[in-house]
Amino acid sequence: MKLDSKVPSGPLAEKWDKHRFDMKVVNPKNKRKFTIIVVGTGLAGASAAASLGELGYKVKNFCIQDSPRRAHSIAAQGGINAAKNYQNDGDSIWRLFYDTIKGGDYRAREANVYRLAQVSNNIIDQAVAQGVPFAREYGGLFANRSFGGALVSRTFYARGQTGQQLLLGAYSALMRQVDEGRVDLYPRREMVDLVLIDGKARGIITRNLVTGEYESHVGDAVVLGTGGYGTAYYLSTLAVNSNASAVWRAHKKGALFGNPCYVQIHPTCIPRSGDYQSKLTLMSESLRNDGRVWVPKKAGDKRHPNDIPEEERDYYLERKYPTFGNMVPRDVASRNAKAVCDEGRGVGETGLAVYLDFRDAIKDFGRKTIEERYGNLFDMYKEITDEDAYEVPMRIYPAVHYTMGGLWVDYNLMSTIPGLHVIGEANFSDHGANRLGASALMQGLSDGYFVLPYTIGNYLGGTELPKVSEDHEAFKEASNEAKARYDKLLSIKGNKTVKEFHKELGEILWNKVGMARNEKGLKEALEMIPKLREEFWQNVKVAGRPDSLNKNLEFAGRVADYMELAELMAKDALHRTESCGGHFREESQTEEGEALRDDENFSYVAAWEFKKLGEWELHKEPLVFENVTPTQRSYK
Amino acid sequence: MEKKNITIYVKVWRQEDANTKGRFQTYTVEDVNPDMSFLEMLDVLNENLIKNDDIPIEFDNDCREGICGMCGVVINGTAHGPKSGTTTCEVRMRQFKDGQTILVEPWRARPFPVIKDLVVDRTAFDRIMSKGGYISVRTGGVPEARSILVPKENADQAMDMAACIGCGACVAACPNASAALFVGAKVSHLGLLPQGRPEAKRRVDRMVVQMDEEGFGACSNHGECEAVCPKEISITAIARMRREFLKAAVG
Repeated sequence: MKLDSKVPSGPLAEKWDKHRFDMKVVNPKNKRKFTIIVVGTGLAGASAAASLGELGYKVKNFCIQDSPRRAHSIAAQGGINAAKNYQNDGDSIWRLFYDTIKGGDYRAREANVYRLAQVSNNIIDQAVAQGVPFAREYGGLFANRSFGGALVSRTFYARGQTGQQLLLGAYSALMRQVDEGRVDLYPRREMVDLVLIDGKARGIITRNLVTGEYESHVGDAVVLGTGGYGTAYYLSTLAVNSNASAVWRAHKKGALFGNPCYVQIHPTCIPRSGDYQSKLTLMSESLRNDGRVWVPKKAGDKRHPNDIPEEERDYYLERKYPTFGNMVPRDVASRNAKAVCDEGRGVGETGLAVYLDFRDAIKDFGRKTIEERYGNLFDMYKEITDEDAYEVPMRIYPAVHYTMGGLWVDYNLMSTIPGLHVIGEANFSDHGANRLGASALMQGLSDGYFVLPYTIGNYLGGTELPKVSEDHEAFKEASNEAKARYDKLLSIKGNKTVKEFHKELGEILWNKVGMARNEKGLKEALEMIPKLREEFWQNVKVAGRPDSLNKNLEFAGRVADYMELAELMAKDALHRTESCGGHFREESQTEEGEALRDDENFSYVAAWEFKKLGEWELHKEPLVFENVTPTQRSYK
Repeated sequence: MEKKNITIYVKVWRQEDANTKGRFQTYTVEDVNPDMSFLEMLDVLNENLIKNDDIPIEFDNDCREGICGMCGVVINGTAHGPKSGTTTCEVRMRQFKDGQTILVEPWRARPFPVIKDLVVDRTAFDRIMSKGGYISVRTGGVPEARSILVPKENADQAMDMAACIGCGACVAACPNASAALFVGAKVSHLGLLPQGRPEAKRRVDRMVVQMDEEGFGACSNHGECEAVCPKEISITAIARMRREFLKAAVG
């Protein structure tokens, strides 16, 4: 298989405009003859479904929750980037492009990232017109802030609810199309397979989560906006229902999976308090602006933090990185926290935490200032831990937060299966090996509002799509297979719960395919995962009935898919012997212990083709840098 | 900082589906860490049920950080539990005493039929939103963001109203099962912004009609909705909705 990125020719800044002109346009009268299936209602899915409906296509939109407004995009707090340069601090499309491609450690496509920076400005216009209540200054114009270490203030925000408000904007546009009869909504439906006819994506099978029925849906194209796969780790900041099943079904039907080992681990989460916990809470990384990170110098020091004198504290980030100190990027901060805990210097009951101390900031600026800056976060921390961070240092620990990898797509956001398009976090495309803060919302909406609605027309306008119906053999087959899979899960009646299996898998991934990876650990993971998978299919215990609401059964189906995906993540991590972005291979570091890229051998996208269970073929899409020169990151 | 684990008795509503009669059943959960969230306690209970070949309790939840609006049960008679300004997933077990019995029920309102156990159908809210919970703009066909000036006060107030997460606690708490706070919040959010003014009349008209059609009751100013709202949305939203509705009727 030859991977064709379909990146248009010409100068970087003109590619997207030229491409838009070159693409086929579907006659407005013909649009209503096309049915497009959109799976997912997050920022990417909802914005795409709404925009396609407006254009005149017939859209069927699916989500697993009770309402499209619940999608996990709502949880994003910080903000959304755009190159508006409203603050006159020297921002530009070029600077946003450069920061994003550099932040991704030069493992993303130039043309995609440039287009993302270009349309970032349209997103803000769109959201404002929809009534998204971005923060304003007294003159009625926008308040912007700097975020995630950016040198310019390009982040737009709506209190701590930017994701929620942007999603409500997209949801409102979607509901308008529902009222107009252009979009049919299917809540509480889970996509359990993708249906191919003549090699093209022509529909999906869904399980009705209320009745347990398997339903066939025919379309002329299928769009997946189903998010990332961070929940494979069991403990993550993702919503408990976030899952990888839709992309995994598509992968097994032929869609290549790009860079599965690129996972982002966020440094400022509230550590887990006990074994019962499956979901971690993220705190904004802005806390690191004023908090100082430390652990005791001595391993096993169990004294109360306030009793540990200054000379016995190790402010390890400030010590190792005098220039950036506590503000080093997410991956560096996370890795160092793990390292000190591995040395036995972790704090709290579990020993899996480091201190984030505001004592000095309160001394310097006064408690009132710190309250103004972080009051809501301190309140949230108290609510969860019952500790007052004004009096004792916060405890933080890293957690899985976002996956940069995903289904491989070309410049048109189409996967290697004709007709199957993938948008938002579910694709691999724009963040390279590491995502910058306030960029996830930007990419989801860019794909959904401004890229896919054009590129899908090019596909529909230039492809033979004979009429098919739900009675086609391919639908019956896929539906029977899905039913058999779920029936099998219920029939095993083993001794271990789904949650126990999930936790075990998560521990393997976290310990061996987590913040720091090495050959030995990855090889061990590749032995352990298939064994665990085998045990799962022989010994899992799933409760309840197939023909009613049964969340334990839904969960079992998702964990079954993680058992396969986890193996690919480890395989990809093993093959990439360089370090880049969120992927840190211990064998590849600089003398100072920093991630060392190997551009000569690894400047490519790793796209994996599913052959059979446990067997994949690697395809490489070379990454060519014509406009920027890859450099080594340094935060000393 | 050693904390003592506690024992909790959970008296919970079990109902097979919308057409079957439900009943309360009491379960014991031992060794509950007070730092646990209420939903984590239910997770532990469900794991125990599964291991004992029993059927786990179904309850809706997703983000578990108080923002998605998916969770929501009545705990000891109060929607989202004892603490104000929080969702069910933000309730912590340290708010309960060792040996306490906790009564857990689904939202009870005619427009929110029970699907199973604690899970209800809230699609009525989506249907109301489809009738006008938006500003009619097309993708791309919009003015430059800075061309619309919004006074800070309006932006802040609109944000207060836009904070609604659509959980339905307001309906569950209202003796009339009114959705006035939900609709009022959206009418206010959009009506407070200059972008939302052109279709303000049509919006309030259509949303209110749909609200009535769904079978939500009338608002008689009890204020229970405001008391349980996890985002602390003020009932001034309802007053604003009435003003807008009146204006639409006379103008």
